[in-house]
Amino acid sequence: MFKRYAKLWWALGIFVLLCPLGLIATGTAFGEWGLDELAKSEEVGFIPQGLAKFADFWQHAVLPDYSIPGMTATFTQSAIGYIVSAVVGVALVLIIISLLGRLVKD
Amino acid sequence: MHIPDGYLAPQTAIPLLAVMVPVWGIAVKKVQQTMKKREVPVLAVGAAFSFTIMMFNLPIPGGSSAHAVGAVLLAILLGPWAACLGVSTALIIQALVFNDGGILSIGANCLNMGVIMPFIGYYIYKLIKGSASAASGRAIAAAFIAGYLGLNFAALSTSLMFGTQYEWFKSASGTPLYFPLPLKVAVGAMMAEHLTLAGPVEALVTALGLSFVARSYPELVGEEMPLNVNNNLGVNSHV
Repeated sequence: MFKRYAKLWWALGIFVLLCPLGLIATGTAFGEWGLDELAKSEEVGFIPQGLAKFADFWQHAVLPDYSIPGMTATFTQSAIGYIVSAVVGVALVLIIISLLGRLVKD
Repeated sequence: MHIPDGYLAPQTAIPLLAVMVPVWGIAVKKVQQTMKKREVPVLAVGAAFSFTIMMFNLPIPGGSSAHAVGAVLLAILLGPWAACLGVSTALIIQALVFNDGGILSIGANCLNMGVIMPFIGYYIYKLIKGSASAASGRAIAAAFIAGYLGLNFAALSTSLMFGTQYEWFKSASGTPLYFPLPLKVAVGAMMAEHLTLAGPVEALVTALGLSFVARSYPELVGEEMPLNVNNNLGVNSHV
C-alpha cells in the first residue's frame, strides 16, 4: 500500500508533523462557537434554547478538539495532542478506506 | 465549516442526513465500478490528506478562523464520487472522535464539503481544462480556479443552512432557537472569510497538489501513453 506512491505518503507525513501550525489560529470558526462563547459574544449574547438542547448531543469524542484531555496547558502540550490526533485520525481514515477499497473490482 | 450539533434544527439536520444515505450508496457503487485497485491507496492517502489539511486553521482578522478541505484535489485525481467517499470518511471521523462538527449535522457537513465542493470543483476544472493535458499550465490554472470556487460554494451552502435556521425557527417570544444570526449576516461573514483567505489557500493547495501528483506519478492524471484507447478511457472516466 505504501510502496507504490511513496512520495504521496511522505508528503502526508510532513503535513502531519507540521499540523500544529494550525494551532496558531486561536479564533473559533464562524458558526462553531461553544455555549460560553455564544453567551459572551457581543453579536449574540445568549444561548438559543434549541441549540443548548442539542449542543452536547455527542459525548464520546476521545480526543475532543484534537487534544488529549487534560493536556492543553501549554503550546507544546497542545501541539503534541494535535499531532497525536492527526496520527489517530489518519490511521482511522486509512483503515476505513482500505475496507471500502476491498469492494473495488478493478 | 463543520456545523456543530445544535446549530441546525433537527427538522433540517435529519432530512439532510437522509439525503446523504442514498448519495453514499451511489458513491460506493460508482467507485466500485470505475476505480482501479491500484487507485485505492491514492484515495486512502487523499482522504487522509483531506483530514489533515482541515486541521490547518487559518487565522481570520477579527478573531475567527477557517481552513481548506482538499475535496477538489481529490475530485480531480479520482473523480467526484471517490472524493465524496474520501471527504465523508474524514468528516465522520472528525465528528465521532474529535467532536469537530456535530453528529446530527453529519449529513449537512458531508453535503457541503463532500458533495457540493467536489462536484462543483470537478466540473469547473473539466470545463476550463478542456482537452489540455493534466500536467499543462492550463490544467494547473483550472485546478486553482476550481479549488477556489469549490470551497466557496461549500461555504455559501453552509451559510445558507446556518442563516435559514434563524429565519425559520423561533420561539413564541421571537428569539431564535438554533443558529442565532440572520441569513445575510451568516452569508456575509462566511463568504468574506472564504472569498478572501480560505479560498485562495484552497486554490493553491489544489493547484500545487495536482502539479505535484502530475510530476511524480503522471499515470494518476491519465498521462500514460494512450496505447490502448479503452485503457485510457478507464483512467479518465471516473464519473
